[in-house]
Amino acid sequence: MSINWFKYAAPSNFYHLAGKLIPWFAVPAAILFVVGMYIGFFVAPPDAVQSEAYRIIFIHVPASILSMFIYLIMAGYAALGLIFNTRLSSMMATSLAPTGALFAFISLWTGALWGKPMWGAWWVWDARLTSELILLFLYLGFIALQASIDDPRRADRAGALLAIVGSVNVPIIYFSVKWWNTLHQGSTIKFTGTSMHIAMQQAMFITLAACWLYVVAVSLARVRSIILERERSTQWVSELSEVRS
Amino acid sequence: MNWSEFFAMNGYGFYVWGSYGVAVLIFMIEIILVRHKRKITLQQLRMMRDAGEEE
Repeated sequence: MSINWFKYAAPSNFYHLAGKLIPWFAVPAAILFVVGMYIGFFVAPPDAVQSEAYRIIFIHVPASILSMFIYLIMAGYAALGLIFNTRLSSMMATSLAPTGALFAFISLWTGALWGKPMWGAWWVWDARLTSELILLFLYLGFIALQASIDDPRRADRAGALLAIVGSVNVPIIYFSVKWWNTLHQGSTIKFTGTSMHIAMQQAMFITLAACWLYVVAVSLARVRSIILERERSTQWVSELSEVRS
Repeated sequence: MNWSEFFAMNGYGFYVWGSYGVAVLIFMIEIILVRHKRKITLQQLRMMRDAGEEE
């Protein structure tokens, strides 16, 4: 069976598809979050060095990974919109930005609450922390730039340029702990293996999956409103049952 | 392990619960905002339609 993927590049088709998909992401997200929290707090043992404080890892690491990953996806969608002039890709980029900004904020917030007991400081101007802060500013800049331009297609193009140029920051965040002497520790999970306790790993990967599913659900829900807003003068929007009622 | 010991997190309770509390709060606020945006958008579309019908 061949699926015509281009069919869903049309906002009208994608609007309905997104509506059907949301529960399939939202419900597993909630279940996995609860499971991840259970393993993280009741199964995983305390850390030998950091005692119970290390449990912040189960939200800090997923939030940090996703803040970088969402940025790349956002920049990718924005680039697609810029190159192929596909409206839906640009709308997806717009939809992902607030969620990405929130994950960057959660990363910084939980990092501060972890840094204080372990390093004795809420914040240090370390390469890892500083580049993550710049990531938050890039998200906020993207949102503010798009909001300041009235014509949506021009806003898409301007935002796309900012997103693409800003994506150079993502490898800087990722490799910062290798390139510079940072107070922030290096990666515990490496491609060559890890020294982490198995239950700690499970909890972290499960909350990562939960957060990822949450991001998909919430950005699909947000893009549906963006589609309606941008397509408000079209026939198909005026014929929707939720608009007619 | 009893519950008060659990919530104390061996003295790190403020940091651990401060992290999860704010993260969950942010998720909840985001969900409320997204739902609110949908409600407002649909309201505006209905207002547009009503204004169009009067002409």
